[in-house]
Amino acid sequence: MTFMNTLRIVAALLAAAAAFPAFAQEAPDALVKRTSSEVLQIVRTDPKVQAGDQQRIREVIETKLLPNFDFERMTALAMGRNWNKATPEQQKLLVEQFRTLLVRTYSGALSQYKDQTIDFKPLRADPAAADVIVRSEVVRSGQAPVQIDYGMTRTPAGWKAYDVIVGGVSLVTNYRDEFNEQIKGGGVDGLIKTLGDKNKGATGKL
Amino acid sequence: MNVRAVTSVLAAMLLSACASTPGRVDDPLEPMNRAMYAINKPIDDHVMRPIAQAYVDYVPQLVRQGVSNVFGNIDDLFSGINGLLQGKTEKAGNDFGRVLVNFWGVFGLVDIATDLGIPKGNEDFGQTFGYWGIPQGPYLFVPLWGPTTVRDGTGSLIRVWYGPVGYIPYVPFRNILYGIGAVDIRASALGTTSLIDEAALDPYTFVRRAYLQRREYLVHDGSPPPEKDD
Repeated sequence: MTFMNTLRIVAALLAAAAAFPAFAQEAPDALVKRTSSEVLQIVRTDPKVQAGDQQRIREVIETKLLPNFDFERMTALAMGRNWNKATPEQQKLLVEQFRTLLVRTYSGALSQYKDQTIDFKPLRADPAAADVIVRSEVVRSGQAPVQIDYGMTRTPAGWKAYDVIVGGVSLVTNYRDEFNEQIKGGGVDGLIKTLGDKNKGATGKL
Repeated sequence: MNVRAVTSVLAAMLLSACASTPGRVDDPLEPMNRAMYAINKPIDDHVMRPIAQAYVDYVPQLVRQGVSNVFGNIDDLFSGINGLLQGKTEKAGNDFGRVLVNFWGVFGLVDIATDLGIPKGNEDFGQTFGYWGIPQGPYLFVPLWGPTTVRDGTGSLIRVWYGPVGYIPYVPFRNILYGIGAVDIRASALGTTSLIDEAALDPYTFVRRAYLQRREYLVHDGSPPPEKDD
């Protein structure tokens, strides 16, 4: 095989990898580990984040965390059987509002995490699985360690998180009760309105 | 703050829960609990939360850590007892080991055990009852206490009544210790409660689901049976 032939094959493989990102996919546990350490590093060293600059915090979340979440799946799971009762338009609004709510919540909590170390546990999952749980543990002095698990799903654009389970409390499960209650009271539109009002209220507070 | 007042409210609610009427399966007493939640909210907003916030703002971190560690030793002791009651000897050994090691850390002010890599346990009587197969019973929201269930609340009452602080003969000193303990607990939950304010559409529902999920997880030592999807 000549050198030029080899080059051609490499180029073809690279092109294929670019066209099908699944080939170049980062393993789910590696992805969570890298993202957490990048974000922790910023929280520990960025003076603006430490001073509580909301705009900078929002920026970190938008660029570092959000691309790794599948908000549509997350919203669908939190809606449960109500998801199929919503029109595509309502679904779109729900995903948008839920995403905004989670970003706001996380912005408030981010600065609390600077004094913690995170241990990652080996991933016990079939490499071909479409759905895995990545387990990590936060260790703080004088307190029992807290487990933080991520429900991850394989998508064409790489692994994405659809649930975060902190100390056994699943975000999706918690919101399922909340969503159910709102839908019982005022239908899907009622839920959209409550989410919107909540997000507007939070804007006023920032 | 008198611990007897709080625990007698808890005891009264436990008794009334026995005469429960059917409603939501895990929260048949929702109307009463919501009323208690409404009573608790202004007390927490105007008294407990500001006191805890002032404690965090004005008392140095080192002192607060020391206070948490001292009370943490009592938790470790009870965690060890409950580990034994559930036959988890290795975990219980860790907990008792922590108590012994930390006793040398200036009588429990410094948590040497964690630095030595002895993990802190978190067993309690409610989990022991759960391990024995006793169901959680109705959910309860108790003012100044927070979320609990009949099973867990019974466990907490045992814990408070037989805790070492209860054996201190000088009542004012005993009550001061209970007060500091309450502030320490409330202070440690400041982050959580502000998170709930940000995240919850209905804080009552949010707290209930989070509490019940957490307890289920603890009773099953981190691997609860999968939830039924509705």
